[in-house]
Amino acid sequence: MIHSIFFINNSGDIFLEKHYKRVIPKSICDYFFEEVTKNSSPENVPPIIQTPNHILISIYRAQMHFVAVCKSEVPPLFVIEFLHRLADIIKDYFDEVSETSIKDNVVIVYELLDEVLDNGFPLATESNILKELIRPPNLLRSLADTMTGRNSTVSATLPTGQLSNIPWRRSGVKYANNEAYFDIVEELDAIVDKFGGAVCAEVHGSIDCLIKLSGVPDLTLSFVNSRLIEDASLHPCVRHRRFEVERLLSFVPPDGGFRLMAYRASCHGNLPVPLDLRHTISFKQASGNSGHLELTVIPRPPSGRQLEDLVLTVPMPRAVSGASLVASAGKYSYDTASRTLVWTVGRLDSQKGAGSPTLCGTLVMQTGAPVPDCRPSILVSFSITGWTISGLKVNRLDLHGESKPVLHQKTSKYKPFKGVKYVTKAGKLEFRT
Amino acid sequence: ASVSESLGNIRPWLQKVTTQAKTTDSKYFTTTRKGEIFELKAELNSERKDKRKEAVKKVIASMTVGKDVSTLFPDVVNCMQADNLELKKLVYLYLMNYAKTQPDKAIMAVNTFVRDCEDPNPLIRALAVRTIGCIRVDEITAYLCDPLRKCLKDEDPYVRKTAAVCVAKLHDIDPLLVEEQGFLDALKELLADSNPMVVANAVAAITEISDSAQTDTAADMLCWSGQLINKLLTALNECTEWGQVFILDAVANYMPTENNEAQNMIERVSPRLAHANAAVVLSAVKVIMKLLEMLDPNSDFVLSTIKKLSAPLVTLLSSEPEIQYVALRNINLIVQKRPDILKQELKVFFVKYNDPIYVKLEKLDILIRLTSAANIANVLAELKEYATEVDVDFVRKAVRAIGRCAIKVESAAERCVSTLLDLIQTKVNYVVQEAIVVIKDIFRKYPNKYESVIGTLCENLDTLDEPEARASMIWIIGEYAERIDNADELLESFLEGFADEQTAVQLQLLTSVVKLFLKRPTDTQELVQQALSLATQEADNPDLRDRGYIYWRLLSTDPAAAKQVVLAEKPLISEETDLLEPNLLDELICHIGSLASVYHKPPAAFVDGRGGGQVAKATKGLPSRLAAEAGGAAAAAAGGGDFGAGTGAPGRPAVSVIPTQESLIGDLLDIDMSGGATAAAAMAAASASTNQQPVDLLGEGLDSLLGGPAPSATSPVPPSGASAAAGGSGADSLADIFGGLGGGVGGGLGGGGGFDPPMETWLPAQKGKGLQIEGRFLRRGPQLSMELRLRNNAMQQLNGFAVQFNKNSFGLAPAQPLAMNPLAPQQSVTTLLPLNTKGPVQKMDPLLTLQVAVKNNIDIFYFACLIPMYALFTEEGDMDKRVFLSTWKDIPPENETQFNLGSYAHDADTASTMLRSFNVFTIAKRSVESTDMLYQCVKLTNGILVLAELKIVPQTNAYTLSLKSRHVEIYPGVHEAYLAVLKG
Repeated sequence: MIHSIFFINNSGDIFLEKHYKRVIPKSICDYFFEEVTKNSSPENVPPIIQTPNHILISIYRAQMHFVAVCKSEVPPLFVIEFLHRLADIIKDYFDEVSETSIKDNVVIVYELLDEVLDNGFPLATESNILKELIRPPNLLRSLADTMTGRNSTVSATLPTGQLSNIPWRRSGVKYANNEAYFDIVEELDAIVDKFGGAVCAEVHGSIDCLIKLSGVPDLTLSFVNSRLIEDASLHPCVRHRRFEVERLLSFVPPDGGFRLMAYRASCHGNLPVPLDLRHTISFKQASGNSGHLELTVIPRPPSGRQLEDLVLTVPMPRAVSGASLVASAGKYSYDTASRTLVWTVGRLDSQKGAGSPTLCGTLVMQTGAPVPDCRPSILVSFSITGWTISGLKVNRLDLHGESKPVLHQKTSKYKPFKGVKYVTKAGKLEFRT
Repeated sequence: ASVSESLGNIRPWLQKVTTQAKTTDSKYFTTTRKGEIFELKAELNSERKDKRKEAVKKVIASMTVGKDVSTLFPDVVNCMQADNLELKKLVYLYLMNYAKTQPDKAIMAVNTFVRDCEDPNPLIRALAVRTIGCIRVDEITAYLCDPLRKCLKDEDPYVRKTAAVCVAKLHDIDPLLVEEQGFLDALKELLADSNPMVVANAVAAITEISDSAQTDTAADMLCWSGQLINKLLTALNECTEWGQVFILDAVANYMPTENNEAQNMIERVSPRLAHANAAVVLSAVKVIMKLLEMLDPNSDFVLSTIKKLSAPLVTLLSSEPEIQYVALRNINLIVQKRPDILKQELKVFFVKYNDPIYVKLEKLDILIRLTSAANIANVLAELKEYATEVDVDFVRKAVRAIGRCAIKVESAAERCVSTLLDLIQTKVNYVVQEAIVVIKDIFRKYPNKYESVIGTLCENLDTLDEPEARASMIWIIGEYAERIDNADELLESFLEGFADEQTAVQLQLLTSVVKLFLKRPTDTQELVQQALSLATQEADNPDLRDRGYIYWRLLSTDPAAAKQVVLAEKPLISEETDLLEPNLLDELICHIGSLASVYHKPPAAFVDGRGGGQVAKATKGLPSRLAAEAGGAAAAAAGGGDFGAGTGAPGRPAVSVIPTQESLIGDLLDIDMSGGATAAAAMAAASASTNQQPVDLLGEGLDSLLGGPAPSATSPVPPSGASAAAGGSGADSLADIFGGLGGGVGGGLGGGGGFDPPMETWLPAQKGKGLQIEGRFLRRGPQLSMELRLRNNAMQQLNGFAVQFNKNSFGLAPAQPLAMNPLAPQQSVTTLLPLNTKGPVQKMDPLLTLQVAVKNNIDIFYFACLIPMYALFTEEGDMDKRVFLSTWKDIPPENETQFNLGSYAHDADTASTMLRSFNVFTIAKRSVESTDMLYQCVKLTNGILVLAELKIVPQTNAYTLSLKSRHVEIYPGVHEAYLAVLKG
């Protein structure tokens, strides 16, 4: 399967490597660097590269390439999923995936690398289990360690969860305050043409949970309108059969945060894109070296809700060397290196009559450069809380399985605190001009 | 090779960590002091546990930063006996590092390992067995067999699952040892383990072992019974996501025997389609796609299953771009096989601004495949948007896509053409060139319909600087010379720079000038003479010269015939482009989710599969629908046992494949050349690199036209690509060998023929209770058959004949039931039994053994015969020289083996001809100091490629054969085949 893993940063340094079989010399990465130089940006490096004797499968995440070296036929998605999982684990341990976070915790990362694969086969990739084996660094622990004189990062006990039929949950979980939070986040992916019509639109949603419940809770989450879920990817803990038949999520959750379900919402008929955009962008004007730009946002949020975190990004052609604009709300900036115009509008409070913010002014064109022929797309991001664009709503959350008497003590049944949050965000939302 | 090497790489900034890090680990990374080793030694032997642990940590830290702490080996190993897990882990890390360099000392650790494998704590047992496999020291491995054997039977599943992987590790170090010690059987037993995770790991280990297996036992490990598959599917529900992938991929190799079983398997696999892990989803799709093939395509079950597949595939496209890429490559295969699955989902393939380029290009490909009259308006609007994007590759592909739409959807052709004209107006250089190339195709598809645009095209003549665009434009001018008033001037202007043009352009220019002359003979005589003399006298390229001579003679002997040849009506081009060849597509469908599906190449083409490769590969044939009767009859004939059910292969719809864009120019040229050839022949001409068909046609045509020998005409005209390679890029050293070969060798061979071996007695009458069977294997064109002569020596009538083959190395199976009338006493009948290679595969020893069962009203008789290797050589062995070269280089040199064939009277060409009739293709020939070298290629029915170099020393006529293939075990067979052919 996976022979070796290399971590490579954007400047082309291999800053960590781990071999699971024989050591494969670093020079194998030269094939990878060749592809990097061929492509204008690191995002465009193809994920699968064939070399005479090896296959390099890589992902690009957080300004880093994670490169896996394989020797024989492997399912590439297996490797790609694994690399993403590895990045997730690193994020889970150190709160962020970055070159710095990895370098600062190299010993733990190395221990993790040793634990996630054995002979190239995944060994333990569940965060819950790993954390039982290798404890993540945190302030509390280092305090506790100093006081108790313990300084081991490695646990000496068998991770029991690994063998139970619920391998994702660690055993012996106890909380004083039992809580379960569900974030239902939907993302709108859409292309809007220059006349304001949606060329295509899709809604992807996910239910992320943070569950802090004692014992082995068995939860059931049901929806008011489950028919809106067109296709679902379920966490292994969800009982598939019940979802198929009853369209509800029945599961024993892992401890802590995890993604319970990702889904695609059906959007037959028209999706209400919660904003409209008027735009004129032109690169030639009668007077000298300047183009003209005018953007107007017409918010159309659902009643009682507001557009927040509104940001418009316009990648400009090379010939645009600067911009001199006036924004009626928010701030704008023009990055001359990447030739990107970013207009951060922020929150649009429809009640207070913020109206339709505009960004208007001239674009400075490079002298002598020909008038660009392309029409830039405008990428929009926003978020609206308390609302899902598909209309999906949770009906109720029930807790079972924690009602039996434990060890002759009185029943340990508890009433957890439950919370559900709805958010709609722009995913890949672009307006063509 | 050691850990220290890898650890060494992180050294520089580990040192940085030393100075910066606030973590507790940093204190171990202090600099060396004198006497440190001595101090460490003392600490390692301390009475206090915590002190010893600290000391080991320091040792590991020193090792990590590159200090030599090997002298502490005995002291560190002593600490291994501690019951502290962290300490143990550190000691193991130390061991893995130094064992290789100090094998004698490492032996000291063996005892501890053995003891740890019996520790009461399963985590320690597992850790020990995990580490055993990582110590790649021969002296140690032998000692570890016993502990490993115990761990494989451990009471704790966590230990068993770790031990399963350890067997795979050990197999990588010493495959023979693993077999001798019976670990393979132990591993097989784990497949029936009660714990699903143990099962999953056993499957993973077995898959890896059989992939790299060198012996039959190891390679056969993947042949599983239906019962076992059933167990695996049960384990599927309970194991980890990764285990699910292993199991699904293994299950995909299994071919159910009846429809119910297939249906049941699909039902049990389908819940995996809703898994969060994309790899699980795609593996499930593979299993389902493969099994669907067995079922009645119109049944409700199949239709509802197909419906279920669409949503998960679409969902994959909302994941990370890398996952999207793999998904898109696979969807590309799936929509070719079953276009219905995604026909409603066009919009998800619309390209987003932020998609990485590799995703954009793939989406575009699929978009075109899904285009139909119903959605063409949407697609065209999108493509027009894409054509104004920034990325040049993407824009080019988008413009080509517009052309493909026009060819595919006739009703939209006009809109496409006007879109292309709009794009030409943008004057963006590469857009214009790309548009002209596709407009040429549109002209081909709809002749005499859009000629009004020629004027616009001609305006852009000066901006064309790419050969393909120039050649396309020249073709258009030649084709419509009668409507372009200044066609002669235009062509003349091109002719001025004739010498600087690329071959493709030169060839096209020559043809177009001749066309012009035939259409307007009065005022272009001078032009055609100039072109012909440029081609025949000043060009170095043999193709160009040959074509020049042909035209010259044609024009000078019989202008009417020339008109017939040059201005013949062209065959229409097909609607679908870039379709995969159906057999390859079927093979790739069985490899969904694998690298093969990403490359769209069969796995044999790039993975070093070695021995087991052929077994694994051959079992991945797409099952055909089981005809109920055939299955029943087969079961009756075989009386159960090993004989699988016969497969009745329904005819697949023939799909004509037209070559990719790169070879379209070659296509045009060849079609122009072959004149009245049928569409099929012309297609074939373009798709194969040195196919003889059009050459034969041309040769005949010329003979009849000229009534005399036409020396130049007998050499085939390779497509421009091949000659460009022959021209030599200079990059490949081997390329020089082939340089200057020009037209290649072995043209104009009479196909078919071959010799028929004498019949052998396979079943003597004594053994057959009066039935005597003689037989031989024959290949007639692509059809492999078994000829059987059955003689009834008994006193009664024999009837009810049926035949079955056991599993064999190449999956040979009867293509149809044995057609035999009752056989009267003393009567003998000869019958031909067509064979296919879709049967079950099992590697035999000897490799070519075929066990046959023949049933009649008396009894069932078994006999074994040998399949002659040459019967397995297919028509597809021909390949491009460049492909040959790169394949040759890809195969490791240790796979090369030499055979002395003795001496024969034939010269190289005769030998090549003889071999060619057995589908041994001569790719190139070269002579060094009068020694002839033939470079040949053979493709076996299961896709294995064998490359050969045949050396012929002229004086002695001694033949030496060097073979190169990824599968060395077939060499003896190929060697014998060569001997048989050369001996006649």
